[in-house]
Amino acid sequence: MSPATLATRHVQALLGALGRLARSPLATVFTLLVIGLALTLPAALGLLLTNAEAATGGFVQAVDMSVYLKPGVSLQQAQRLAERARTIPGVKNVRVISAAQGLREFRKYSGFGAALDALRSNPLPNVLHIVPQPAASSAVDLERLRRDLAAWPAVDMVQLDAQWALRFNAILGVLRRLVSTAAVLLGAGVLAVVGNTIRLEILNRRAEIEVTKLVGGSNAFVRRPFLYTGMLYGLGGAVLAWLMLEAVLIGLTGPVARLAQLYGSGFVLRGLTGRQCGVLFGGGLALGWLGAWISAHRHLRSIEPRA
Amino acid sequence: MIQLQRVSKRYPNGREALANVSFFVDRGEMVFVTGRSGAGKSTLLKLIALLERPTRGTVNVNGRNIGALKARHIPAFRRQIGVVFQDHKLLVDRPVFDNVALPLVVAGAPFPEIGKRVRAALDQVGLLGKERMLPMELSVGEQQRVGIARAVAGKPTLIVADEPTGNLDPELSIEVMRLFRRFSHVGVTVLVATHDKHIVREFGGREIVLDSGEMRGGDPDPLPPLVAHR
Repeated sequence: MSPATLATRHVQALLGALGRLARSPLATVFTLLVIGLALTLPAALGLLLTNAEAATGGFVQAVDMSVYLKPGVSLQQAQRLAERARTIPGVKNVRVISAAQGLREFRKYSGFGAALDALRSNPLPNVLHIVPQPAASSAVDLERLRRDLAAWPAVDMVQLDAQWALRFNAILGVLRRLVSTAAVLLGAGVLAVVGNTIRLEILNRRAEIEVTKLVGGSNAFVRRPFLYTGMLYGLGGAVLAWLMLEAVLIGLTGPVARLAQLYGSGFVLRGLTGRQCGVLFGGGLALGWLGAWISAHRHLRSIEPRA
Repeated sequence: MIQLQRVSKRYPNGREALANVSFFVDRGEMVFVTGRSGAGKSTLLKLIALLERPTRGTVNVNGRNIGALKARHIPAFRRQIGVVFQDHKLLVDRPVFDNVALPLVVAGAPFPEIGKRVRAALDQVGLLGKERMLPMELSVGEQQRVGIARAVAGKPTLIVADEPTGNLDPELSIEVMRLFRRFSHVGVTVLVATHDKHIVREFGGREIVLDSGEMRGGDPDPLPPLVAHR
């Protein structure tokens, strides 16, 4: 069979599958709806995750470290140490808070102004305020940076102001796992729905399959239209899931904007990116194909022509 | 072309449909398989068309022991033969053209050729104007002829027909048999199972008579003749 003929056969099988789906619109729509809903849930969770990451992107930058230098370290030495700290990979910004500046701020915010006046000298050390890169803000990265800095001879102690950020990252981690678990479970659901639909279709077309095999149709030939039907179900369900997500997003945009405003944030709800859409459509297509293949493999073999 | 050697077929229910059947059919020969219903005619044709496998013995078609053919080679084998059924086994929801085109489509023939060969096959059975009709809109005789057109569309080297005239009036039956004879004249081997003695007498071809699964007066020697094949 020439490649052109084979391509024509594929187009023919695809059009045939489309035609058969179109001929029973109600059944097709219900099947698509089930597949679409099954795909919507993991996609929605994924979207929640990306939006949570986007909404808290500002906070992650707030992860910072206070490096307290030993009392004898001068401001000049502190400036040199700050220069050195800036060269560490993963460090975004280093600010020197001098002892005098620290005292001023402390006097202003603590309310111990009068008591501090009684001190003859400034008891505060010079401090380096370090902001890590967002990409280097995982618990492991931060802990490594803290240990590195704490090992410097001039450093008295390093305080990591990031417990809450780490907790939040852990929550995101749980959410990520939830997304992949839901994707696996509901993907299996899509396989089952497509597989069962294809099984019924094979039983309905038993006579046709028998005759086709009778005149020499190979298993691949007989299977092909069913594989296309499965792929159409998968892709159609994915498109439906995408439409439902977009509808949900439109509904949420107003309330989310109000909430963001109350927090003084300009956060805007994000839809699926092009890449995420690709994963959704590609995943739907692949699941549809696989479900149809499993079903066709199982059921077509048992149909042999009888005369 | 076809060679059976001591072929027996016992169905799972224990019925022995064929017992120790041996014969040889040369290329381009037209042979009738006759006998009462239940004599094993259909079973014999099913073995040759590989719809059943023999319990004992060997069935050779085109020099190949088809009983030993692997499942994945069966479709290719079926494309070499044309099978005509008494109940014609047409796809009732497809027009005549699609039915006749099916063997060509599964064989992967290019479209222009499919159109040509379908029309040629329909022309041979006298149904050229009815390509777009559904089988149910045709008479029984016409349906049977669509089945024959489908069997010959793929230019098979062997045609196996099980009671192809069972539902036809005598005139149409003669016509169908003439059609088969024409195919045999161009080198196609034709094996026709029929219980219609008149037809056989009319055409006077070779006859394989089955009685309760056994051959009556068949070739005592199943080996092919030593003369060169046509």
